[in-house]
Amino acid sequence: MRAHSLGEQYADFAQQDHALKLGMWVFLASELLLFAALFALYAAYRTMYGDDFREAIAHNTLAYGTVNMYVLLCSSFTVALSVWAVRQSRRVLAVVLLLSTMALGIAFLVIKLLEYAEHFRERALPGPYFHMAELPTFGANRFFTMYWVMTGVHAFHVTGGVCLLGWLVHRTWSGHYTAAHHTGLELGTMYWHLIDIIWIFLWPILYLA
Amino acid sequence: MSAEPATEVVAAPLPNYLEAESGVASWLNTRDHKRIALLFYVSVLSMFALGGVFALALRTELLTPERTVMDAMTYNRMFTLHGVTMVWLFLIPSIPTVFGNFILPMQLGARDLAFPKLNLISWYLYVLGAIVTIAGMFAGGTDTGWTFYTPYSDSTPTRVVPVVIGIFILGISSIFTGLNFIISVHTLRARGMKWSTMPLFTWAIYGTSIMLVLATPVLGMALALVGLDHALALGIFDPSVGGDPVLFQHIFWFYSHPAVYIMILPAMGVISEMVPTLSHRRPASYTAIVVSTIGIAVVGFLTWGHHLFTAGISELDAGFFGVLSMFVAVFSAIKVFTWTLTLRRGSILITTPILYFFSFLFLFVFGGMTGVALATQSLDIHWQDTYFIVAHFHFIMVGGSVTAFLGAAHYWFPKMFGRMYNERVGTVGAIAVFMGFCLTFIPQFLLGNLGMPRRYYSYPAHFQWLHVLSTGGAFLLGGALLLTLTNLLFALKWGPRAGDNPWASRSFEWLTTSPPPKHNFATTPRLDYDPYDYSLSEEECRARALAR
Repeated sequence: MRAHSLGEQYADFAQQDHALKLGMWVFLASELLLFAALFALYAAYRTMYGDDFREAIAHNTLAYGTVNMYVLLCSSFTVALSVWAVRQSRRVLAVVLLLSTMALGIAFLVIKLLEYAEHFRERALPGPYFHMAELPTFGANRFFTMYWVMTGVHAFHVTGGVCLLGWLVHRTWSGHYTAAHHTGLELGTMYWHLIDIIWIFLWPILYLA
Repeated sequence: MSAEPATEVVAAPLPNYLEAESGVASWLNTRDHKRIALLFYVSVLSMFALGGVFALALRTELLTPERTVMDAMTYNRMFTLHGVTMVWLFLIPSIPTVFGNFILPMQLGARDLAFPKLNLISWYLYVLGAIVTIAGMFAGGTDTGWTFYTPYSDSTPTRVVPVVIGIFILGISSIFTGLNFIISVHTLRARGMKWSTMPLFTWAIYGTSIMLVLATPVLGMALALVGLDHALALGIFDPSVGGDPVLFQHIFWFYSHPAVYIMILPAMGVISEMVPTLSHRRPASYTAIVVSTIGIAVVGFLTWGHHLFTAGISELDAGFFGVLSMFVAVFSAIKVFTWTLTLRRGSILITTPILYFFSFLFLFVFGGMTGVALATQSLDIHWQDTYFIVAHFHFIMVGGSVTAFLGAAHYWFPKMFGRMYNERVGTVGAIAVFMGFCLTFIPQFLLGNLGMPRRYYSYPAHFQWLHVLSTGGAFLLGGALLLTLTNLLFALKWGPRAGDNPWASRSFEWLTTSPPPKHNFATTPRLDYDPYDYSLSEEECRARALAR
């Protein structure tokens, strides 16, 4: 396969790039709806058990969530810079930036696992596995059930995103992306930004209030 | 340059897509949207047959008030499998993946869809999802009904997990298909084609695709949560740990009600193509059809609550959902009137596809009107969970979608295969499908109104005659479908050559040869005219579209 092939159905690269980017936007919209189902469930349970939710949130360690938010914000910054670097034809810099993004993604997962371990020790687990002596309410149970499911689905996406970044590192290193043609890289960064944005919405509802 | 030279640019004809390459690998590894459409065609028809066998087994069981051929548990599994197979393995993908895939790029004047590889992946995902779902069925099946209502689905001893995983995979396939169509419509319209001259079938598939992309992930999540509840006892919808089972119904129907329009909008798109072509008239109002398509796609997202009238939602909410549901009927009525008006003073070609249109008109209007009745809360409480509901949605799903699918199978048969089916057998098939259908489901309206609940294994003896009628109808319907299939299969090999445009249509897919070459058009067409303009002759259209 050539480095940049133009599909038979396209008149030129501009049209193909436009189609690819639009396709990514539609895919991201679809992903948002996947999370929307969870946000809707969260909202419904919170309406039912408002006070219990507030107590349970206060129990969560704010530092974990906040540090993780900054970790992802930084990763979004580095991944955006990698596109800039490719546009400047600075391949090595782009690879370094992508590797930093990967490292930040992995750091996020490690912090998340530490937090999960803590919850596990406290038995702040979903549904019937929930046994917290200090919060013996249905509402707290609901909160932690939603917490595990939402952060779990998100962490699953982070893991997928890290693998995707690995692929982008490989492609960038092998010189596949040039200053003129790097749509694939841009698509990957769009996906990574989605992961970041979802966390920005998870952080306040799971850690702040 | 004048149009004349273009008509003589007839170089050596390109081989058609069926003959362009040969061998099994050329099919399994194809990127051609037409070949992928045929892969889907074979797959969804196999699933339709499977779902049909389940249906006949159910109807056979219901011949007598107590046990006839199977025990109660098998019966429960059987109706679940019938629903799951028909909804997710047949109806949702049917028209979009087969006819959408085949026809849409040609109606856009494009050489293929925007993402051919993704299109093929979508087929493989479909096959994988189907295998997982069917494996789940053979490993014991599940007895929750296709709606997987919690909390029962959290705790049933049957195998829920493989079935929901299978449906989740099918969902990804649907999303990819929808995404591909949306992007193709946005980026691959031929030179000169405006949104206001885009063919109506393409509009319908576009509207459907938006629903597929936005509603399917919510279903995926709903079923994933049920799977987690069942496999790990997470209790997300389990009231014993504070969960609310009705929330499942909300997110399930947030997808599954739009899913009804995912099934019916493409059917309406097929009708909107067949009617102008077969009556040789411009649609009475192109705008009305497009606006009502968009209207259904938007309002479809706001009607899910009418499935929860008896699940304890507030009077006010129920009122809103009831009224919004009726808006769908308004949009549908606009379409029905537009199609009917299109026929007026047209030169109607009485052939098999138009018979399916007449059949669609009757069944869809009947189903739609009972839908308006059901959207009325006070009536719904009486009919809730009875055979009235079963009959109502079969009138829409089978009477609407399957009828249009069969119409499309005949209408586009010469386009797809270059041959003509036997008209007489086609006519007999169409009439028998209609009669079989009515005989199956009109008794079910009566049963429901008398209070026969759906999904029950046994029933009081005085309902038996209606059940026997319904079962007789089901076998007639099955036989009619088999006859229709045989007719089409026979025509594949022995049908007479149809010519490029046997219906003398002006729609863009008929501009190219039948069957079309691999990349649809020898030259990139220019489609700057109205696809339903029957004041232009075929030659004029061709000259105008294919001039360099």
